[in-house]
Amino acid sequence: MSAVAETPRRPLVLVVDDFADNREMYCEYLSFCGYDVIEARNGAEALEEARSRMPDIIIMDLSLPVMDGWEATRRLKDDDRTRMIPVVALTGHALAGHSQVARDAGCDSFLAKPCLPDQLVAEIKRMLESGKASIEAKR
Amino acid sequence: MRAVSPAQARKPAPPIEGEAGARARLSLAEFLLGTDEARECAQGTVDWLAQAGARRAICALIDGETGKVKDVLARGVPDSQLRGLTIALEDPQDPLVFALAGPEPVPLSAKRRRPAIFGRDDLLALPLPVSEKREARLGLLLVSLAGGELEAQARWAAELLGQKLSRLRSQTALLEGEHRLARERELLLSIINASPDPILLTDTEGRMIISNARADALFSAKDGESEGRHRAVALNNMLFSATLSQQAIDESGAARRELLLVSPSEGSDLLFELLSSVVQHPREGTCVVSILRNVTDLRAATEQIEENYRKLKLAEADVRAERDRLDLIIDSVADPILVTDPSGKILLMNSPAERLFTAPDDPAGNDDAQRVVRSNDAHFSSFVTNLFLTPGAGMRWRAEILLTDPAELQPLPVEAIAGKVLSEHGEVTAVVTILHDRTEALEKARLYEQLKAASAQLEERVREATAELVRRNELLQRQHLALEQGSQLKSQFLANMSHEFRTPLNAILGYTSMLLGGVSGAVTPPQKVKLERIDSNGKHLLSIINDILDISRIEAGKMPLHLEEFELPTLIGELLAEVEPLLQKAKLRTVTEIDELPPLLSDRQKVKQIVLNLLTNAIKFTPQGLVRVRATTDADECNALISVQDTGIGIAEQDHEEVFEDFRQADNSVTREYGGAGLGLSICRRLATMLGGRIELQSKLGQGSTFTLVIPRRGKRR
Repeated sequence: MSAVAETPRRPLVLVVDDFADNREMYCEYLSFCGYDVIEARNGAEALEEARSRMPDIIIMDLSLPVMDGWEATRRLKDDDRTRMIPVVALTGHALAGHSQVARDAGCDSFLAKPCLPDQLVAEIKRMLESGKASIEAKR
Repeated sequence: MRAVSPAQARKPAPPIEGEAGARARLSLAEFLLGTDEARECAQGTVDWLAQAGARRAICALIDGETGKVKDVLARGVPDSQLRGLTIALEDPQDPLVFALAGPEPVPLSAKRRRPAIFGRDDLLALPLPVSEKREARLGLLLVSLAGGELEAQARWAAELLGQKLSRLRSQTALLEGEHRLARERELLLSIINASPDPILLTDTEGRMIISNARADALFSAKDGESEGRHRAVALNNMLFSATLSQQAIDESGAARRELLLVSPSEGSDLLFELLSSVVQHPREGTCVVSILRNVTDLRAATEQIEENYRKLKLAEADVRAERDRLDLIIDSVADPILVTDPSGKILLMNSPAERLFTAPDDPAGNDDAQRVVRSNDAHFSSFVTNLFLTPGAGMRWRAEILLTDPAELQPLPVEAIAGKVLSEHGEVTAVVTILHDRTEALEKARLYEQLKAASAQLEERVREATAELVRRNELLQRQHLALEQGSQLKSQFLANMSHEFRTPLNAILGYTSMLLGGVSGAVTPPQKVKLERIDSNGKHLLSIINDILDISRIEAGKMPLHLEEFELPTLIGELLAEVEPLLQKAKLRTVTEIDELPPLLSDRQKVKQIVLNLLTNAIKFTPQGLVRVRATTDADECNALISVQDTGIGIAEQDHEEVFEDFRQADNSVTREYGGAGLGLSICRRLATMLGGRIELQSKLGQGSTFTLVIPRRGKRR
């Protein structure tokens, strides 16, 4: 559980979840692990935060009030400014097909709840590494 | 021979006596010897007597047949007197007749009155011949005796002439007989030649004595005629002789038989009827008279007649058979058939008709039957009458009659079909009627009506049933819809439930993990133990939620199959690695026996889930010993077998089936001791079925268990 203290800028993670306990738990752990964290309680907030703060990665719950995660993801991916931001779907919907629907909506990765905080961190690391690699490849 | 009379020869008259007399007598004898004609002999003798000196000499020749004077020859008598000489032979008083009949020469005195022919001299009447009897007298010589020695000369000459006449007469008679015989023979021959039938007289050996021309044509051939004819004749003679000898000549008379000969002229066969009879001939001995009658044509005609007769017989037999057949047919027709005259009188009927129209021959006198028969008869007669009275009835007439069965006394409705039988002149000679029992037809019609009613009823019921069915179907459809909705709701509910369970569980497990990970500072050992309890129970709860979700998905048909090829050893390696911490914790050994297998085609994820479940069960229920994992194929290499064997507590025989049921473990007490919801094996079995396979169990209580997953090596998408 080493922090990423030496990096010039800590990666910014947007955690979207309507259930405060889970959102705050992940936020606390991600902060503990050395990430900058911002929160959103529904899809609409998520869109607003994403556009205003341009996070490095978005952890998106799918069942959300106001605007659900799928719709929010679709809009993020339709928007040129936010298209590059990886979206990791994190949902309690474990039934078959849910992951596919999530991917169809534009999610780059899928995690089923319950998901332990360290599992989530491992996935974020993985996504950021592969994102860096793909950016470097583009360069 | 033409004799020359002595007078004509102008010989000198013979001297009366002495040598000259002898010479004169010799000349008469010579003349008579050389003359064969009675008149000339008589003339010669008369001439000679005249020469000897008789003034008159007369010779009357009498026809032996008629007894009348035939010729009168005279000397010294004028011709005019000569014609008057008659001898009334029938008058016995006539002196000439007397002289002719007398035994001696009779002197006729000149004094007696007599014809002028005799002159004035006494005459001597000499019968010729003197010696013969009166009946055989052939003539009378009258000589005048004026002259000395004349009487002796007359007597001698009469003697000589009488003998000569007698001889001539018998000679003539012989010649006449011969002539008659020849004529008769010619007549006879012409008679038998006139016969169209060959007639033969043969000896008993068949040699010809007499034959007619027809017979000659068959039985004789002359030199110079054809060889064929000669051969045919020879053959015919042979056949004829053979037939005669075969006949063995019946002495009793005619015998009759057939004889086949060859026609010498044409070579064809001729059939004769041979009639032969034996005759006795004084000179020829026993002879056979045979008459042949040509029956060739007769035989042919006879054969023709016989043939015709035979044909006639056959034709008659045919006609009889035909009639018998017809009778049989008519009698075998179950329907009554009647033939009536135009007035309705029954001429003919078959036996079924007799039953209706003839009163049973019952001595007890069944009045009912009699009455019924009369009634039937009346009905029938009126039917036939209608045939003629109804305009437009035509040649055929059909009607229904209600008769009564005389035997059963039951009403018998019949359909009557009548046809007129016309003569050559178009007159109705008879009516043929066939009666057809309508009872059955009426019964059928009645049944048909019933059937129709029943059918209508049935149709109504079917319609009702169909309506009911439609109603129920709609209900079912609604129910089905409701069920589908229910199923949808259930799936939705489960999905929601799963989500709702997972969300708080996420927080529980997450915070526990964070606390244990020291995110909120160090925890004391007792705190750590309690946090670990929270963690393990949370995880157990999660596994139960996952199992329930799996079962729901399988039952809802929402568990998709993902067939792919994979290597079984690799999969087993992954599984063993996964359970390695559990094995170490339980202190169990593992043994693997994996055959070299070609890649399986199946759902890798599900195979893995099943075997993992079997492995965790094995570890869970084995206090000590080992866990053996084996992979192989069955005998025909269709299925892959993956077995997990342990040395654990085992399962009693009676619980083998129960362990696969939902929420079951072999023993509820065990559930508590070993944990788990008891859904694992039930899910395994469901998944195995989905893969087209099954799970087999071999186990005894206390002796370990072997669970074997049997799946097709090449799975099929369902």
